[in-house]
Amino acid sequence: MNSTLNSTLNSTLARNTKVMNRFDLTSRLIAKLKHEEAVVGGIGNTNFDLWAAGHRPQNFYMLGSMGLAFPIALGVALAQPERRVFALEGDGSLLMQLGSLSTIATLAPKNLTMVVMDNGVYQITGAQPTPGATVADLVAIAIASGLSNSAWAADEEDFERLIDQSMSASGPALIGVRIDEKPGVGATRRDPVQIRERFMHGLGVREPL
Amino acid sequence: MAVAEDKASPGTSHEKSWHGIVLQSLKRNDINLVPYVPDRVLTTLIRNLHADPFFTTFPTAREEEAVGIVSGAWMGGRRAAVLMQTSGFATLANVLASLVVPSQIPLIMFVSERGTLGEFNYGQSLVCRTMRPVLDSLAMEHHTCTRLDEFEFIVDRSIKQALTTQAPVALILSPLLTGGKTFDK
Repeated sequence: MNSTLNSTLNSTLARNTKVMNRFDLTSRLIAKLKHEEAVVGGIGNTNFDLWAAGHRPQNFYMLGSMGLAFPIALGVALAQPERRVFALEGDGSLLMQLGSLSTIATLAPKNLTMVVMDNGVYQITGAQPTPGATVADLVAIAIASGLSNSAWAADEEDFERLIDQSMSASGPALIGVRIDEKPGVGATRRDPVQIRERFMHGLGVREPL
Repeated sequence: MAVAEDKASPGTSHEKSWHGIVLQSLKRNDINLVPYVPDRVLTTLIRNLHADPFFTTFPTAREEEAVGIVSGAWMGGRRAAVLMQTSGFATLANVLASLVVPSQIPLIMFVSERGTLGEFNYGQSLVCRTMRPVLDSLAMEHHTCTRLDEFEFIVDRSIKQALTTQAPVALILSPLLTGGKTFDK
């Protein structure tokens, strides 16, 4: 336990990145959205905090299918190239679907911004460390997968700067953030059809009944 | 075998080959996004999709990833379909049960069937036996396509039914239709 904590701390220090909070960062992102941007929240705490930050019709909350937040967001980005699409994913989830980084790098949608919330643990199942917790650098993996516009956010201001930068980038962007082990502050209402239907209304694909 | 090779050959007319029917049916139904994980049997279809500017077609690292992409695309208003082989389908139970079926997403899948009618790899034949029980356990529509004369009807009607009922469908491409993959040595 101590050695795990120490090496986590060491790698954090080596990256010179502040340990931030998921809900705070999600709220900062949502506050910036003025053009009905789509936001896809990954399984568990990632979409709980997206919900807690204030429901928007352009939010999609993933209730299962762990690891698919980036692929779902890629699909939205390919369907609506004029709309900015954000995807929020946990480190444990991303480790399940690292291949999707290469797919996204190959297709290179200009309108996709990915955020990886990295606390090194499966918080929701009891905070067990992920297999990559002390050794893997997800931003380095993203860069090596072809996503050259990938960076760790040093602190909250840097996160906001990277979000702003991504909105005018010429290709997909990935932002890594170190976060604490706090659980999400809300709980998404788990109605898959309602979530999907409202998202489609929010994207202008359908009119409400 | 000569029959099988003829059915899979790129030289045959697009309208009359099974792969030509798939391509034309996708086009007719405005399905223009086609991610896939390849299979030998799908080679000609994949090549022809790449060659046709109507389609955006690309490989994904896993079938599950492709299902995520087409789910997002459909929610964003773009129609899509996924190509895979039997063993790829076997990786999908979680995404089907936790995303596609409960969210009512009209996922359209073409699954090249390996593991039967001349399979030479025991593992493939076992994987194949898991496919229909998974589809049935989720009450998913599926058809095993064996005859060229029925194929266009099945494909076109199944696509339309998936889209209008917002329910997924798996079209299983039997070796009887495609010739399958055979052990030549």
